Formats: sequence, C-alpha cells, structure tokens
Amino acid sequence: MKKRIRAGEIPTASMADIAFLLLIFFLVTTTIDTDKGLGLVLPPKGEEKEIPKRNISNLLINARGDVLLDKQPIQIRDIRQVVMEKMAANDKLIFSVKTHAKAKYQAYISVLDQLKMANATRISIAETEK
Amino acid sequence: MKFSSKTKASGEIPTASMPDIIFMLLIFFMVTTVLREYEGLNVFLPQARKIERLDSKRHVSHIFVSKDGMISIDDKIVAIDNVKHVMYDKRVADPQLTVSLKADREASMGLIGDMHNQLREADALKVNYSSKVAPPL
Repeated sequence: MKKRIRAGEIPTASMADIAFLLLIFFLVTTTIDTDKGLGLVLPPKGEEKEIPKRNISNLLINARGDVLLDKQPIQIRDIRQVVMEKMAANDKLIFSVKTHAKAKYQAYISVLDQLKMANATRISIAETEK
Repeated sequence: MKFSSKTKASGEIPTASMPDIIFMLLIFFMVTTVLREYEGLNVFLPQARKIERLDSKRHVSHIFVSKDGMISIDDKIVAIDNVKHVMYDKRVADPQLTVSLKADREASMGLIGDMHNQLREADALKVNYSSKVAPPL
C-alpha cells in the first residue's frame, strides 16, 4: 500500500500573517517627521502702506534679547498678556517687530510666538536695525 | 426526474487572496511615504509654543541657516544674494510653495532679515519658521 500524501505545495495559510507583519514593521519604522513651526506670510514686494501711528505698536528687540514694547521694557513671557490688552483696546492694531541685526533668532521666535499666542494676526516684520 | 438539492454553499471566507490584498496595502504605504530628501545643515531649532503643522510635504522647500551664517538649499551651499534666484525657480515650478526656514536659534537676525527680503523678491511669501515644541511653563 502506497501512501502518497507528499503534496508539493507551500502552505499559504500563514502568508497573510507574514505580509501583515511586514506591513506593521514598515508602518512602525517610518518616522513621519512632520515639519512644525510658526507660520507667517510675508508682504509682497513693493507693497508699502501708510498706517496711522496710533494703529501701530512697536516691538523692538535688541542684541541682548531685551524687548521694548511701545517704549516700555517688557519680559518676553509677559508680551502675550499686554498684547491681548492692547488688542482689546484697539482691534486695528498692527504689531511691528523690529530686531537688531545682532539679535538672536531665538529671541525673535519667542516674541513671534507670544504674538501668535495672543492671537495677533496683524504682524509686520520691519527691516533689521544695523 | 430527481432534483438534488444543491446547498453546497460553504460558510468560509476565501483567504487565498488575503496576502495579495495585504501586499497591495504594503506597497501603497511604501509608495506614499515621502522619505526625507535632504540632510541639510546641523541646526538647533528654536523653541516655540504656538506651533502649526505643515500640512502637505510636497509643497515644502527647506532652507537651512546655520549658526555661523551658512545657507543651504537642497544640500547646496547658497550665498545670501543667490537665494532669490534659487527660490524664484522653485516658486515658478510650484506656486503653492511654502518655505520651511530651519534656522539655528543662535543665527543672527541680520541674516534672517536679509532672508526675508530675498524671499519677498522671489515672491515666496509663505514662510514657516521651523521650531521645536518648548517645554511648558
């Protein structure tokens, strides 16, 4: 009596599992390093508008990273509060950020961050002071 | 004549094509994953809290600005005065371009100011200052 149960087939039942494993491996190892940051839209070239002085609030950053808001020295972490108060008083207010050329980028980003946290949308970036 | 009742409906879902389906999924994910194209310069990004996420990766171009004032676009060192030409070409190729400015936190604002002017001349106005999430207060 001959026993011919030697089937010439590769078992495919676990194929799905193997493919799933591969899928999960790739999903896990793919690092989706999303770019995050502060968004800002620059004004187009040659578009300069005259703005009444009372609608401008000046933020000056010096080389040491000290900030002056409308001629008053201010701590960076307090900017948000003051800006919100100023915006409540005048909703047409534009915040003009002016930095010294030797100021650190981090100081500028911190100030911009504070403005964004105060939901200020009218932000203007002035030329750097040489 | 006899009618044999043919109720041979097997109660099983065919699993033979399962691997194919999963392989297709796998290939779909592999194709759609955009890998990082450029290494850029070594920068320590500044920290901020009110951070937005850039939505589409395809319309983003990175500019690296290092601590000592080097500028790199697409792994090439570019002089500040040439940024406008490079970015203008990019802007023409992709009108939805967003510039992701990856500048070092120690970079000087003079250079960043020049960068603003260059980008304005190139009409690449959408800027994203790439930054890390700052620890909570």
